[in-house]
Amino acid sequence: MKKAVRIGSGAGYSGDRIEPALELAEKGNIQYLVFECLAERTIALAQQAKLKDPEKGYDPLLVDRMEAVLRVCREKGIRIITNMGAANPIAGANKIAEVARARGIEGLKIAAITGDDVLEHLKGVDFPLMETGAPVSSLKNIVSANAYLGASPIVAALKENADVIITGRVADPALFLAPLIHEFGWSMEDWDLLGKGTVVGHLLECAGQITGGYFADPPVKNVAGLARLGFPIAEVSPDGSAIITKAENSGGKVTARTCKEQLLYEIHDPSRYLTPDVVADFSAVTITEIGPDRVQINGGRGRPKTDTLKVSVGHVEGHIGEGQISYAGPGALERGQLALDIVRERLSLAGVRTQELRFDLIGLDAIHGPARSMGVPREVRVRVAGRTDTAKEAARIGNEVETLYTNGPAGGGGATKATREVVAVASILISRDTATPKIHYLGV
Amino acid sequence: MKLRELAHSRTGDKGDISNISLIAFEPEHYALLEKYVTPERVRQHFTGIVYGQVTRYTLPALGALNFVMERALGGGVTRTLALDAHGKCLSSSLMALDIPELDGLCKPAAGDA
Repeated sequence: MKKAVRIGSGAGYSGDRIEPALELAEKGNIQYLVFECLAERTIALAQQAKLKDPEKGYDPLLVDRMEAVLRVCREKGIRIITNMGAANPIAGANKIAEVARARGIEGLKIAAITGDDVLEHLKGVDFPLMETGAPVSSLKNIVSANAYLGASPIVAALKENADVIITGRVADPALFLAPLIHEFGWSMEDWDLLGKGTVVGHLLECAGQITGGYFADPPVKNVAGLARLGFPIAEVSPDGSAIITKAENSGGKVTARTCKEQLLYEIHDPSRYLTPDVVADFSAVTITEIGPDRVQINGGRGRPKTDTLKVSVGHVEGHIGEGQISYAGPGALERGQLALDIVRERLSLAGVRTQELRFDLIGLDAIHGPARSMGVPREVRVRVAGRTDTAKEAARIGNEVETLYTNGPAGGGGATKATREVVAVASILISRDTATPKIHYLGV
Repeated sequence: MKLRELAHSRTGDKGDISNISLIAFEPEHYALLEKYVTPERVRQHFTGIVYGQVTRYTLPALGALNFVMERALGGGVTRTLALDAHGKCLSSSLMALDIPELDGLCKPAAGDA
């Protein structure tokens, strides 16, 4: 019988720490290193970068990550799977080849997977938006449309002996499920096994969030060594059961509790977790500590996949302007409230048109919503944010906060202002055959 | 006592939907969570934040509940004006919920071994 496969998770998001990935490659005794770096909106931003420069549109940290791990992965035969291709997997693959050449790494086979970009297919067909039911044509300024691909093209590239596989939009768990399908020869219609592999992928995709990151809440939940947090490893058996662990002597911890929090992270109905490969069922998963930093995961299940693929449609929805300023000492709260009233009136007098405006006192109601009982804070931070159609109007919001310096209540300090374009994301469902994955190989 | 003494929690976001897991530290306290942390109470706790339906899923084998809250994120992370655009702080906010002190119930010791 085939041995267990060890998969490491080298990133939980685009900007994540890099050293833990190197630690996994060097000391993790892994066969696969997966980097999941593509949030819902990231690909729309990457698409905008690609429009400005056709050689861009991949993850900004791709080169840094490859410079850190490529040599050791090559030496140890660790295969790399990542969605850092974002809007431009081919440019990303070229960049990886450049890193390899610059470091004298030879005999490397790189696969770029495309086909998730379905923007062309949106023309002429008016799909309803999943969020509101409104037609997709109601969105102004669409900049991207990317379908969530499944594990199949990654499996195909692994069969062709690719050492590094770089994709655009692929369902996050599929990055981890693919090597399991490849190693164990799982059928693409064995729903329970695909469900189990999806559980593993879901547990690993946020990297440090299962090894004690995003968990500490002293004194109730203590975690040691968060500054040198180890990233997770799944040791997966051919029957789909898995042990979650991490590199020895790394910081953090893997316990039943850290695993439970991650299992339910970003989950709605636990019995119906939709992916392009399977409808996974987490409801009977069991989580058992079997040793220090070793947690056994069993009981994942699955049902047949749906007929459709989810597509994230990125669209520009105006601009957000924001300003902040602080007040301290006796009467801080009253002066903060006065400041908000002044900015509200100023924006109205100036005729700044906003889609929506928000007034917060950070430290009081910015997170919790309308304050029910107000204590007397030693300091408050005024925050005004608004969404507008134009960048110019967005800038007015921060300016009206900043002018409180010389025109507002006494003692305002530390004013900041910012504007940004709003690239929002909506979702539609398309039939599976609309998105055709393609694999491009590149040798070094 | 506060919910934080009995359970731990993490928030996730997808579009305008926020989900909050609630996991009993000790399996025997799951029944308390089920009894006292109803969708109605969670909805009420997040008045002014959550404008849609709150659905509760139960995972007794894990000693956990999962609350799915609709229209909870000001339109979603990409367009909301909220300081915490993902609503990631909501799970900590829920930990302030009061749970009645019960006779005979061993209060869990603080500290996670």
